[in-house]
Order: sequence, then structure tokens, then C-alpha cells
Amino acid sequence: MDVGLTHYLVLSGILFCIGLYGALAKHNAVGILMCIEIMLNAVNIAAVAFSRFLAPDVVVLTGHVFALFVMVVAAAEAAVGLAIVITLYRNRETVDVEDADSMKG
Amino acid sequence: MGVDIAFWIMAALAVGAAISVIASRDLFRAALLLVLCFFAVAGIYATLSADFLAIAQVLIYVGAVAVLVIFAVMLTRQVKRGNPFNKFAFPAFFLCGLLMAGFIFVAIDTSWPAVEPAAEVVQEFVDGNPQPTTNAIAGVIFDKDFGFLLPFEIAAALLLAAVIGAIALVREK
Repeated sequence: MDVGLTHYLVLSGILFCIGLYGALAKHNAVGILMCIEIMLNAVNIAAVAFSRFLAPDVVVLTGHVFALFVMVVAAAEAAVGLAIVITLYRNRETVDVEDADSMKG
Repeated sequence: MGVDIAFWIMAALAVGAAISVIASRDLFRAALLLVLCFFAVAGIYATLSADFLAIAQVLIYVGAVAVLVIFAVMLTRQVKRGNPFNKFAFPAFFLCGLLMAGFIFVAIDTSWPAVEPAAEVVQEFVDGNPQPTTNAIAGVIFDKDFGFLLPFEIAAALLLAAVIGAIALVREK
């Protein structure tokens, strides 16, 4: 069986759900950020696969451009997110998201 | 076929590394496995003949994001706590399993239109002289009619704002 669009989409879905599970079920804020990076990578795989298989004309690489913009946003998100985690650790001596509840009613 | 074998190896590596990131008790080991997962995704891009994205993945994710994550793990090390699951572990597992089943069903059940690559592209591959995608991507971003010039400028401003924001957040008062 030749590897086609379906294989890439299934891989993307599996990676996305692994990342989502980690993001929902972890205590550590750095671990949650790692899982969000996995989710963004999964979405990128889907975008590039659609670009490759549904618009294979080399001139139309919109999926690649989308993936590049996702990478830019992911880099910005990682920088700001990890800065917030380090500030949280400095102020509260914890990186557990359950302890960051000062805005809870 | 070589590309198919490469896909299966990279896919198994990516999924295995991602599961290990979740399952690992040690957060530093999870960060290193995340690097492996990023490398595998770069390989997946290579099998999709996205050469520029594969290199950008290695440079940005493996080179920059992974270093940031490892710095954060080192600066906030909580050895005794490790990387445990919280009280939502079971419902989240149920939800994600359901979502994954839905994704896989939709991906397999939909009859995707089979579009073949343009003849000259196939000929370039047969000749062993495929064109790099870098010029084509630049052509899409900077195209006058359907280009991405405004998002490109916004991305530049976003990166500047993120760098300044990160510095302002962690600066000693």
C-alpha cells in the first residue's frame, strides 16, 4: 500500500491527540508547553501533506507558507510561555499549574 | 519504495517519542525526547519533499525551541515532583481517544481527490534534479495578488513583541 495523504493525516491526528492528552493531563507547566509544541507540529504535518497531495503544483505552496507562520507563532509562544513559567517559579517557588490559582474565585 | 520506508520509520519515531514525552517521569528526559520528536517531524517534511520546511524545522525547533525548553527545565527543576499526571488523567485520556478515533475515521473514510503532480515536476524528479521549494515559497509569500505580505509583516512585529515581552517578564526588578 502506497503512502498517501491518508497516512499523513492519520499520523497528524495521532500526534495531535497525544499532545492534547499531555496538555490536559499534566501538572508541570513546562511539560504542558512541550505538549503544545507537539500539537503545533502535528498541525504543520497536516498542512504540508494537504499542500503536497491536493495542490501539488510547485508554484502553489500555500500549505508550506501556513506551516512557516505556525512555526513563527510557536517560537514566539515558546519564548513568552517559558518566560511566564520562570517568573511564576521565581514568585511562587512552583511550576505546578494547580498552584497558580490566585485568580480563582 | 524508499520514501515509503522513510515515512514509516519517521512516523514510528515521532509517535514513539511523543508518547515517551508524555509517559516520562523525568522532565529533562522528556525534553530530550521532544528533540527526537522534532527531528522525526523534520524527516516527515523531507518525505513530503518540503526541503525548506525540513531545514527550518531543524533550525527553529531543534535549535531554538528545544534549547529554550531545556533552559526552562533546568531553571525550574523540581526533582521530587517529576512530571506526574493530574486528576484529569482518565477523562482526558477518554476524550483524546475519542478525538483520535474521530480523526482517523474521517481521514480514512473521506475520498480525497487524487491529484497527480504536474508533469514537469515529475520529470525533474526522474532526472534527479528536483527544484528547491525556497523560491516557490518566497513567490507565494511576496505575490502581489494572493500573497501573504501583511501576515509576513505582522509575524515580524509579533516576534519583536515576543522577544521584548520575554525580556521584560524575566528581568530582575
